[in-house]
Amino acid sequence: MSSPALSQFSIPFLMGNNLNAWSEALAGFNLLGLPLGLVILAAIPLVFIALYSLTYGVYGERKISAFMQDRLGPMEVGKWGILQTIADILKLLQKEDIVPASADKFLFVIGPGVLFVGSFLAYAVLPFSSAFIGASLNVGLFYAIGIVALEVVGILAAGWGSNNKWSLYGAVRSVAQIVSYEIPAAIALLCGAMMAGTLDMQKITILQSGSLGFAHFFLFQSPIAWLPFLIYFIASLAEVNRAPFDIPEAESELVAGYFTEYSGMKFAVIFLAEYGSMFMVSAIISIVFLGGWNSPLPNIGSLALNDMTSGPVWGACWIIMKGFFFIFVQMWLRWTLPRLRVDQLMYLCWKVLTPFAFVSFVLTAIWEVYVP
Amino acid sequence: MQELDTAGLGSIRVTRKNDHTVVIEKDLATEQMVLAMGPQHPSTHGVLKLECLTDGEVITQAEPFLGYLHRCFEKCCENVDYPAIVPYTDRLDYLSGMNSEFAYALAVEKLLDIEIPRRVEFIRVIVAELNRIASHLVAIGTYGIDLGAFTPFLFCFRDREIILGLLEWASGARMLYNYIWIGGLAYDVPSDFLKRVSEFITYFRPKTVELCNLLTKNEIFVKRTIGIGIMPADVAINYGWSGPMLRGSGVKWDLRRNDPYSVYPELDFNVPVPDGKLSVVGDCLSRHLVRALEMEESLKIIEQCIDKMPSAEGFNPRSAIPKRIRPKAGEVYARAENPRGELGFYIQSDGKSTKPLRCKGRSSCFVNLSAMKDLSKGQLIPDLVAIIGSIDIVLGEVDR
Repeated sequence: MSSPALSQFSIPFLMGNNLNAWSEALAGFNLLGLPLGLVILAAIPLVFIALYSLTYGVYGERKISAFMQDRLGPMEVGKWGILQTIADILKLLQKEDIVPASADKFLFVIGPGVLFVGSFLAYAVLPFSSAFIGASLNVGLFYAIGIVALEVVGILAAGWGSNNKWSLYGAVRSVAQIVSYEIPAAIALLCGAMMAGTLDMQKITILQSGSLGFAHFFLFQSPIAWLPFLIYFIASLAEVNRAPFDIPEAESELVAGYFTEYSGMKFAVIFLAEYGSMFMVSAIISIVFLGGWNSPLPNIGSLALNDMTSGPVWGACWIIMKGFFFIFVQMWLRWTLPRLRVDQLMYLCWKVLTPFAFVSFVLTAIWEVYVP
Repeated sequence: MQELDTAGLGSIRVTRKNDHTVVIEKDLATEQMVLAMGPQHPSTHGVLKLECLTDGEVITQAEPFLGYLHRCFEKCCENVDYPAIVPYTDRLDYLSGMNSEFAYALAVEKLLDIEIPRRVEFIRVIVAELNRIASHLVAIGTYGIDLGAFTPFLFCFRDREIILGLLEWASGARMLYNYIWIGGLAYDVPSDFLKRVSEFITYFRPKTVELCNLLTKNEIFVKRTIGIGIMPADVAINYGWSGPMLRGSGVKWDLRRNDPYSVYPELDFNVPVPDGKLSVVGDCLSRHLVRALEMEESLKIIEQCIDKMPSAEGFNPRSAIPKRIRPKAGEVYARAENPRGELGFYIQSDGKSTKPLRCKGRSSCFVNLSAMKDLSKGQLIPDLVAIIGSIDIVLGEVDR
């Protein structure tokens, strides 16, 4: 733990009992012997995902893409179309729940659920503020990398269970892609973990706090941190199947990939999972490289901007804003770039990103050991 | 080394390294799968069905199945008068109706052997070239969609909208114009039309650069198209390819130059042919580049037409239209350069009727598509999509 930010442990309000105070108190709340607090704790990210998908994910993406493409986007339902997503949800709720006759019913039904659980479980270890983290695991980062792999099972179940050739292609592509890109992604995150000396997400965040704001972020703490940052960002795009790596659902090639046969609420759940993963990877990159819930504003002389914008509530704002920024970049890329081919995708992963991830890993290790 | 083939279970290779080590390698059992791409598929550009035999993602064979949009064009033609065929030709290649009408009008005028007023010729060339730009914009935009880039498509459609507006102003319809009649035009162009067209040209020139930066110069786009679906020039000629497809293979063949019609001999324009610097000659990128460059040439043609156009004074667009079209017995074949290649009409007249005895359309898309089997062999599914997109088919013309 050679990071200079180690001294920040002495900041009183982050110390000991106060840390995670709110979430721990909530977790301990029982009603008639039922762990009601845990249920509420788990429901908070769920509500967050639902709200953010509704507003920023669906409506925001439609509006952002519309402005990029010289058009207006949804304009009819409500003022500037703000109620469009509600109308969409109502439409999806009314739809008949169709399971194709030749599908494997069990896999078909369980696929979207597993997919959603995969992305949702990672929210347990995301520190939303200094006082709120679902489960402060000491291997939080490792858990987050690992649990995302559960999505693969859901995708494969959905693709295989649909009994549709396009779905199968999409599922197989997706599995190959996600499993491959986990390697550079994990190595890149390992660089961040090395700089922190811990896998605990909350501790990684605390190590990046300080009065100089963004200067304490790991991205600016080492001259090579931009490399794992970039590698993780690219790999995370592939992991959540966003353009230019949206090969599993390539609509012009595979119709809709693994969710070709899905409709109604199952389709909505798949989309919710996608938006959930989008925020999840954006939050992870913010936590590991950009200080998570820490304020990026520095204290300038007597103007204590950092102190003014720190605290549990500010923290939640900061991490959500950082996450939304990366989601915006994901959307921006999606509406700008064409799609790679399957073999080009694998080439990029195994011959470009993985070697460079190893290089950044070794360089970070050298930097951490030899540079005080 | 010993190789065993176990029926359908993949091959097993047994290698004896020395006396006591036996290495057994077992390949995974693979099976070819029939994949029906279309008729409802997002990137077959309509109701084309490709039956692909796939080995994983590799296509071993792809067979196009046509006819889902067959509307008996040729049979219909035998039952209506000559002028009544013009609206039908709009519905062949619905993205470039003006060009189709132009080709049909040329054929009947050749059969009748009539003289066309000069202003009519210039207006025809202007609307046909405008329509060519509109058609290429759709081709380029949808090609972007095929490769996953959505935004260029909407940029293309934004600009195409202006052209459609201009053509609507002239003819009264957005896509199915019925504007170029046998021996003339339905109407003269509105009084400010040429001014608006010049404004469009000044507006559109920077937009082509923008489109080029967004799509054609995009690294991923180039990677997806370069060296894919290469068609050598000799094979392309044997298949009867024409238009941007043939020029993409490096053959400088443009009917506006090689078999000139209308006022094209008076106009100065280039026939863009890939030189192999930016792309491999004959690949998907070459065909895309030809289309992109042709738009600029069309703009040049329109500019010259505006300059050379005779004034509208005392002009009647219908002055040369015959009252009753009853050609002498005989046959004629006339062709014109459509955005997609050579569109020809073969018309046979029995000399008695006001209806053609036979009217056959030679469709460029149909001929270009016939090479699909050759082009798709051994390609990946994403490459097949890139190839279909580069052929730029309009099923209305393929099936007729």
